[in-house]
Amino acid sequence: MLRFLRKRLIASAIAMLLVTLVVFVLARIQGDPRALYIDENMSQEMYEALGRELGLDRPLYYQYWVFVSQIATGDLGVSIHQHRPVADIVLERLPATLKLATAGFIFSIVIGVPLGILSAVRRGSAWDFAGRTFAVLGHSLPSFWVAIMAIFIFSVQLRWLPAFGDGGLDHYILPAVALGWAAAGGQMRLMRSAMLETLDSQYVVLARAKGVSQRGVIFKHALRNALLAPLTFAGLTLGSLITGAIIVETVFAWPGLGLLAINAVVASDYAILQGVMIVITFFYIATSLLVDVVYAWVDPRIRYE
Amino acid sequence: MLAHRPAVGVSAVDATVLEVRNLTTEFTTKWGTVRAVDDVSYSLKRGETLGIVGESGSGKSVTALSIMRLVPSPAGRIVGGEVRLNGRDLLALSEGEMTGVRGREIAMILQDPMQALNPVLKIGDQVAETIAIHQGLRGKALLEKVIEALRHVRIPAPEARVKDYPHQLSGGMRQRVVGAIGIASQPSVIIADEPTTSLDVTIQAAYLRLLRQLQEEYGLGIVFITHDFGIVAKMCHRVAVMYAGRIVEMADVGTIFDSPLHEYTKALINSVPPLEADLERLPQLDGQPPLLHDLPPGDAFAPRSTLAFTPEDASVRPELVEVEPGHWVQLSRPSVADFDRYAHLVSYG
Repeated sequence: MLRFLRKRLIASAIAMLLVTLVVFVLARIQGDPRALYIDENMSQEMYEALGRELGLDRPLYYQYWVFVSQIATGDLGVSIHQHRPVADIVLERLPATLKLATAGFIFSIVIGVPLGILSAVRRGSAWDFAGRTFAVLGHSLPSFWVAIMAIFIFSVQLRWLPAFGDGGLDHYILPAVALGWAAAGGQMRLMRSAMLETLDSQYVVLARAKGVSQRGVIFKHALRNALLAPLTFAGLTLGSLITGAIIVETVFAWPGLGLLAINAVVASDYAILQGVMIVITFFYIATSLLVDVVYAWVDPRIRYE
Repeated sequence: MLAHRPAVGVSAVDATVLEVRNLTTEFTTKWGTVRAVDDVSYSLKRGETLGIVGESGSGKSVTALSIMRLVPSPAGRIVGGEVRLNGRDLLALSEGEMTGVRGREIAMILQDPMQALNPVLKIGDQVAETIAIHQGLRGKALLEKVIEALRHVRIPAPEARVKDYPHQLSGGMRQRVVGAIGIASQPSVIIADEPTTSLDVTIQAAYLRLLRQLQEEYGLGIVFITHDFGIVAKMCHRVAVMYAGRIVEMADVGTIFDSPLHEYTKALINSVPPLEADLERLPQLDGQPPLLHDLPPGDAFAPRSTLAFTPEDASVRPELVEVEPGHWVQLSRPSVADFDRYAHLVSYG
């Protein structure tokens, strides 16, 4: 188990390093970073002094080393427009996005997984039909449209729920559904097919032949074996929900990373964009590491490999 | 270990433990309704092994699942007959009552030990589950019982093995675990569905020996499903040969080998390659097992028989007739010699 963990940790660190390399290269492809600071009052001396200050007079590999070690110490640079450390700005916005992503994630699991189990156990029933319809709709309806329609119906017409902004629990319902529906649909379909497979397996026949009750067969024997695929998907979802929040945050005026990134694009504030990108990929990698650990806990064959 | 079950006296040794009468199971498929088990009847005595032999798709396994009431539903359903276990009709029980019977009075050993154990549960827990359900044991007493069951199926160092997962055991060991689950609550009947098919020959022999020992020890009735006549000769007291969902011949093992009457039985026995002979080709039975959704009307075996069937002969559904005490056979019309000999027993229209 420890060896497995160490292996996964090293792999995650390498992935993170590669991401910083991509971000670094993309940033340098943009051209001379000093171009953003230039105005009519700038002299040639000031221009070169700025180059030295930014470390542009050093070789590229050294610049990359500085870049990485700054990230490692939590320094993501300074925003060109806000003149504040990017790390502070990102950290301000991060909780809102994490809360929204978590709400969407919880929605996708709480609705998707039980619906998938129910659909598999009552295969061909009305529940199965309803579950599959829910999944297809979630997959095919674009989240911005769902968001707009949800605001129109539940906020404007029915006046049940707030239309925008962060706040109490009621503020989370519409954005969480808009954000999590597609993931819930995917989760439901994966859970359903995995359950159908395990319910057809020989060990389930043997469990029944042993006299295990229907409940025991479903939850003890079939479910745990069926969890691997939905678990992978859950990990990926958590990562993509953070990215997916960009659109939903924009519609709901949610003060999170997504809105921050969109505004940074509009203002050409590359430092913020870089920071958001690094933070998001960090969460993506961290969640997939978490998934691997949970994997090993669920399936002993992985643990002992 | 037998403490919870009343001791069986000598007088009960001959007692019938399982009686299957006119069992019929159907499946709904996209080609229509298929009769996978068609009017099957047999009985099993305490301590007896009944072999069920036939090609794939002949209804052997579905018969077993029907007895356990584990036919995959809603596609499959038992449409008629009786399954009497120790005098009680299992088909009349509620699902809850049946759950109490499975694993306690009748158990199953499945074909593939690689697939039959749950990969994410420790083998000790998998054996413990059935003991906990049927004997209500917990904690230390339960663990002791599990170790005892594993020791009974000759698993070395069972105290350490209980913590292993299935993938840490060899195929033979896994099949022993499945066996331990089967005997854990001392059922009166075990249905073994090709339990050695996926094992090496030497491990197979050891496993069969173990089954026979357990049978003697507990007086188990065993329904042994196989397609291997070599195993039949070693294991079974009586044999039922199935074809297209029906029993075509049933007799004690000596009769089946020495004087089989049905064409299909003869062909199956002939297809066992003799050890000494140096054959160019293995003997084989021409044709394919029939498709159950497209059975020939009347005699299902007629198209593959070497006998001369007239269309009229083939259209008659042969009855299973007891031609001599304990020897049942489906008499088809063209088996003239046999037919004349036993004609007085047959009531064709």
